[in-house]
Amino acid sequence: MADGNGPGRVTIAGVAFAALMLVLIGVSVWLFIWRPWWFPEIASVRGADIDGVFSAVLIVTGIAFIAVQGLLGYFVARYGTNGKEHAGYWHDNPKAEAGLLFGTAFFMIILVFMGQKVWASIYFTDAPPGTMEVQVTAQQFAWNFHYPGPDGVFGRTDPKLIDNGANDVGLDKTDPAAKDDIVVTNEMHAVIGKPVKVRLRSKDVIHSFFLPNMRVKQDAVPGMSIGIWFEPTKAGKFELACAELCGNGHYRMKATLTVDKTQQDLDNWEKQKLAEQSGGN
Amino acid sequence: MQVEHATEHAHPQLGFWRKYVFSTDHKVIGLQYLITAMTMAIVGGLLSMLMRLQLAWPSVANLTMAKIFPVAFHDGIMEPGFYVSLVTMHGTIMVFFLFTAVLTGAFGNFLIPLQIGARDMAFPFLNALSYWVFLLSCVVILSALFVVNGAPLGGWTAYAPLSALGAAVDPREGVGMTLWIAALGLFTISGLMGGLNYVTTILTMRTKGLSMMRLPLTQWSLLITAILGLLAFPVLLAAAILLTFDRAGGTSFFIPAGIYLGNHVLTNSGGHPLLWQHLFWFFGHPEVYIVILPAMGMASDILSTFCRKPIFSYKMMVYSMASIAGLSFVVWGHHMFVSGMSPFLGTVFTMTTLVIAVPSAVKTFNWLGTVWGARIRFTSAALFAIGFISVFVSGGLSGIFLGTSAADIYLQDTYFVVAHFHLVMAIAPLFAAFAGIYYWFPKMFGRFMNETLGKIHFWLTLIGVYAVFFPMHVLGITGHMRRIYDPLFYDFLKPDQALNVFISVSAFALAGVQLVFLANFFVSVFAGKRVLENNPWHATTLEWETPCPTGHGNFGDELPVVHRWAFDYSVPGAKNDFVPQTVPPGAEKL
Repeated sequence: MADGNGPGRVTIAGVAFAALMLVLIGVSVWLFIWRPWWFPEIASVRGADIDGVFSAVLIVTGIAFIAVQGLLGYFVARYGTNGKEHAGYWHDNPKAEAGLLFGTAFFMIILVFMGQKVWASIYFTDAPPGTMEVQVTAQQFAWNFHYPGPDGVFGRTDPKLIDNGANDVGLDKTDPAAKDDIVVTNEMHAVIGKPVKVRLRSKDVIHSFFLPNMRVKQDAVPGMSIGIWFEPTKAGKFELACAELCGNGHYRMKATLTVDKTQQDLDNWEKQKLAEQSGGN
Repeated sequence: MQVEHATEHAHPQLGFWRKYVFSTDHKVIGLQYLITAMTMAIVGGLLSMLMRLQLAWPSVANLTMAKIFPVAFHDGIMEPGFYVSLVTMHGTIMVFFLFTAVLTGAFGNFLIPLQIGARDMAFPFLNALSYWVFLLSCVVILSALFVVNGAPLGGWTAYAPLSALGAAVDPREGVGMTLWIAALGLFTISGLMGGLNYVTTILTMRTKGLSMMRLPLTQWSLLITAILGLLAFPVLLAAAILLTFDRAGGTSFFIPAGIYLGNHVLTNSGGHPLLWQHLFWFFGHPEVYIVILPAMGMASDILSTFCRKPIFSYKMMVYSMASIAGLSFVVWGHHMFVSGMSPFLGTVFTMTTLVIAVPSAVKTFNWLGTVWGARIRFTSAALFAIGFISVFVSGGLSGIFLGTSAADIYLQDTYFVVAHFHLVMAIAPLFAAFAGIYYWFPKMFGRFMNETLGKIHFWLTLIGVYAVFFPMHVLGITGHMRRIYDPLFYDFLKPDQALNVFISVSAFALAGVQLVFLANFFVSVFAGKRVLENNPWHATTLEWETPCPTGHGNFGDELPVVHRWAFDYSVPGAKNDFVPQTVPPGAEKL
């Protein structure tokens, strides 16, 4: 490909642009490889898979980013005008075009397959037997967690029975299965190594159940009941946030997930809550 | 070669009102769109400054602000509801009333007849009507900011049922959201009138010799955009009408049974909240391309002009724009991966989304191919066209993370999304619009903008946009949710605060730099250096055959005849390094 009828001119503007592109590449490398800010600590089995997909995309896009911004900077620095020369008169190269097109498509297909493998493991795989189930009902601006209690059976709920503050999920207290149910607000518990299935509902508008450390995010949609599951791998307290704009108090719709070290810890917590509830009645 | 002013030949002299205000001249309408959109940009920009103020110093009392906005700042602290209204109005104003209006409304109107060798649009009256309806929609959306019982609070996406049950969600919301819907409805109608006009004009009014494959890429992009708009806008209009029925007519298109609000269960039943999202994004994703395609077209033409080199692979540029447009109707679900939509659809939409990345990548390669071996003239317009490529690539690549559904689970609704769409569909189009203004300003006003100020504007803007929007990717990686009033409410976001302060300070500086542009623009309209020739940039396309500024009727007695494509720069053996489209074969050597 002819470069025109002369060497071209390296211009101040061109070099300045190239220098900025170099700074951009440098800062990106610092941010994405040195990682002064990065993902919150992984605390679930699927977390590593999702981060793995992110890393794969980061490698592909990172190489493309450095190549394109670098080449753009180089060309702009290298091919200024001196007012006398002509540029090259070439404007087609079907082979190069086809190569770049199929090359890009190839990498995109690889990313689709890598990503879908993880997507399928999350959405197309049922929770394993022995999974603990929690019903989560979102409302402006709080999270209600409903546990079945020692009998393992959820009591019946009905929106008509909801009484904010007194019966937040509309639990039918005449249902025998509801007797030992536990309903708590903004406080969720799980056990390390034990999968949790969350059944998400919303009382009013759309909210989104976001556990950054678990890499879990799922919208809670009124009129729908959506199940997702994850398996905690670390004990401790983790923040749960609402990720979908749900009104003025959206920012303060926060809860805490406590991952207990043993089932015994969780049972103790349930017992304590149950005692508080019956004391309250 | 001063072409004689066409006004005297074809049209009687018009009075001030008919000439500059109620004009049917496409150029005046284009400028009306431009000035209106710039006004909206100032409002939308100022709203974002308030947002950045809050995000950087969420719990610091600001008594100055409390004096300016006594209702919105309580004891100097911003009210959370005010923050949400800022989010909503900033997004709405920028997406619709700035970007859609400036790229298709301003440049589309100004350039279509000029670049295809026509005297005006196919339907000049409809064109004027389109502007006046647009202006009305601007007034309505701005009034939503000031109504007594509060601005809309649903975000620019207005997800139902928050938007459908506004009055119940926040007692202050009501009229604001209604005005929002009305403004969007009017905007849509205006867009439909414009789109109809654009398609008809480009398809039927091209001058002799101007075959489709000789069109400048700006024209291709405007044609494809207009078709996208005609197919996408009606869906938004329909959704807005259904939402109005839900709000005022007691229907339940988007409201399911069993909603508990205000201490009772609503009687609505049968609706589905996801229906709104499907309708909105079926419009909303093509809307992204309605904004970016004209930016791509304009940047391509301006790039080629100042590279003094033909655009690389013109045909592939056209085909990739057409395929982007077609695919843009089958990718909307990537906004809804975690919405509760069937995860099987998530798989489908991941595939279509990564497919649409391919034509975008092709365009990037072609821009690089254009700069390779060029002889660049570094005008302000050229710099902004080059900057366009850089920011488009940065924002485009982060889209691949979000299009991969598994990664999107974590990144959805975080600042990663905010970083991505600002770079790719706000900053990239903004750069193209700046390039277009510096480039066509002589044709619009018969004067140049100041090049030194233009270059200062470019360098500081390029640094500013990267300082503001690039770190937002990192915020998203840490999990920082978007649209939250106070990040310090969360322990895991506290380490982000240094970045939030950095972004806010950069944003204030970036906004300050835009004053250089505004001053340059308005001073140059009246006092810029006069343009003494038709074709000051030595470009090839037809608008440069007309005087600066172009008179009513555009061309002289005879319409130009086209003999070649729009990219004959540096043709070997030609006398000049540009050969206008009107030069017959062989005559370029003379």
